[in-house]
Amino acid sequence: MIFIGERINTGFKAIKEAVINRDGDVIKETAIKQQKAGADYLDVNLGAVSAKPEDLCWMIEQVQDAVDLPISIDSNKVLMLKEAIPMCKKPPLVNSTTADDFKLDAILPLIAEHKASVIGLAMDESGSPKTVDARVEFAGQIFAKIMEYDITPEQLFLDPIVMPLKFMQDQAKEILGATAQFKLFSDPPCHIVCGLSNISNGTTQKKLINRTFAVMLVANGLDAVILDVNDEDLVNAILTAELALNKSIYADSYIDAFRS
Amino acid sequence: MGIPELKENWKNTINEVTIGATKEEGGTRCKTITLGGQSTLPFLSFEGDLPNKPVIAGYVADIVPDWPDVLKNAIGKEINDPIEWAQKNVEEFGVEAINMRFLGASEATKNRSPDECAKIVEGMLKTVDVPLILWGCGEEEKDNEVLPACSHAARGENCLIGSATETNYQTVVAICKADKHKIIAEAPVDINIGKQVNILLQDAGLDLKEVVMLQTTAALGYGFDYVYTILERARIAGLQGDKLMASPQLCDIGGEVWRVKEASVDEDILTGWGALEKRGPMWEAVCAGGYLQAGADLLIMAHPKAIKIIQSTINNLL
Repeated sequence: MIFIGERINTGFKAIKEAVINRDGDVIKETAIKQQKAGADYLDVNLGAVSAKPEDLCWMIEQVQDAVDLPISIDSNKVLMLKEAIPMCKKPPLVNSTTADDFKLDAILPLIAEHKASVIGLAMDESGSPKTVDARVEFAGQIFAKIMEYDITPEQLFLDPIVMPLKFMQDQAKEILGATAQFKLFSDPPCHIVCGLSNISNGTTQKKLINRTFAVMLVANGLDAVILDVNDEDLVNAILTAELALNKSIYADSYIDAFRS
Repeated sequence: MGIPELKENWKNTINEVTIGATKEEGGTRCKTITLGGQSTLPFLSFEGDLPNKPVIAGYVADIVPDWPDVLKNAIGKEINDPIEWAQKNVEEFGVEAINMRFLGASEATKNRSPDECAKIVEGMLKTVDVPLILWGCGEEEKDNEVLPACSHAARGENCLIGSATETNYQTVVAICKADKHKIIAEAPVDINIGKQVNILLQDAGLDLKEVVMLQTTAALGYGFDYVYTILERARIAGLQGDKLMASPQLCDIGGEVWRVKEASVDEDILTGWGALEKRGPMWEAVCAGGYLQAGADLLIMAHPKAIKIIQSTINNLL
């Protein structure tokens, strides 16, 4: 499983204040905490705090000063990406593009040039899909487009678009169905990722719902996830699901070994 | 749009483990051996890097093992003296390391004392210039005395010490850390225990880059396929990014093959099986050749003819 830590996001108050006050320590601490918990990538999200590329670059700098993990740049703005991608020490993951041609044609050349990876959202600007078929169609468009730019399936992370369970209860099984189909696009397959916490938006049992749906997604082929990597029960459930699928080798101390 | 690359692109490389120390490195060896370092499966040189060839270590024991005459005669009278046996292994059989087992330390055999064992190690270090792999007699209580003595006698020589198991690993880790040796992590034909032993070694403060994994070797016809699939699965997991499985692997071919009837009983009893003189070494060579394909990096071998066949296999394939 590729764990993408979601906590360096100005949606969280402490991070927002850190960016406004240019207080690098808060960002560094959050980065180190996620690395210790087993993150493979750290998502960096400037959000609506600023539209200046230098603010995003400053955040990335703080993270890279503290840890040597690759960055997931949480922006779909080409101007931002043009500044942020070259300053990443390791090939970053760009989070994200929709299936719209104008978006893909703007972002994919950057991905190809820097050997980066990209999250492709199975939706277009008209909105989120409602069915398995619509998701597969959008994902297929993205897949065809990466081939044109000589981007390999390993550089693509397809996102089936997770919807809140509380408000769109019928969507969960469509998301799972799409996940299973994305895996069949190629061999070797592309990665399949999602922003997990969307599933529990507005609910009173966030952690339990995240954990349960994560296991179901893993069973359907999810191999990357944007999550709160410091939620130990959630990470442990995913590690265990991967054992049950024989994707990793069991050892009595498999939980401790993950964090050592 | 280019034609997609069909080669497997593994994420990880197998750890490189060097055994033996030269004068500059604080030992007295003229040669060292390096295991592992691969970025792909065995012999697929078109697909990745295979920086180090598999290595053959010659089997030596401090008493004559319970082996058929076919093997004892092929080794010669030197089998009666561990130091001469080691010397013949290096000079005539062309092995790159010596695997020394103190079978005579067992109460059931000679009950040799730790001091006597240590003296043999000292003598061997003076006589042969290749790296040593050192084992006790396989009885935990006695080995807890024998291994520290042997390890200390070879301090700084960067030997490979056998073996750490799920229950005795702490003693062996302490020895290896104190005298600067590498360690064999052993599991009983069980990939899950193999991984667990590596976790325990890591928790005990050992760098996994100092570890060679051993899944108790099975002779051809006696569970060979179980061990083969474990070696292969461990290697694939290691290449896929499971750092706990990315250690080089060891097989004790000589120690296992000559215990089975197919390699030790002649055709007066096994009618139609062909002359033992030819069959015995072939049994050892075929077993070793199979494990090479599964991902073995270090083979312990006994019969000079089998050693020759496998040396040529390795050189032909790499």
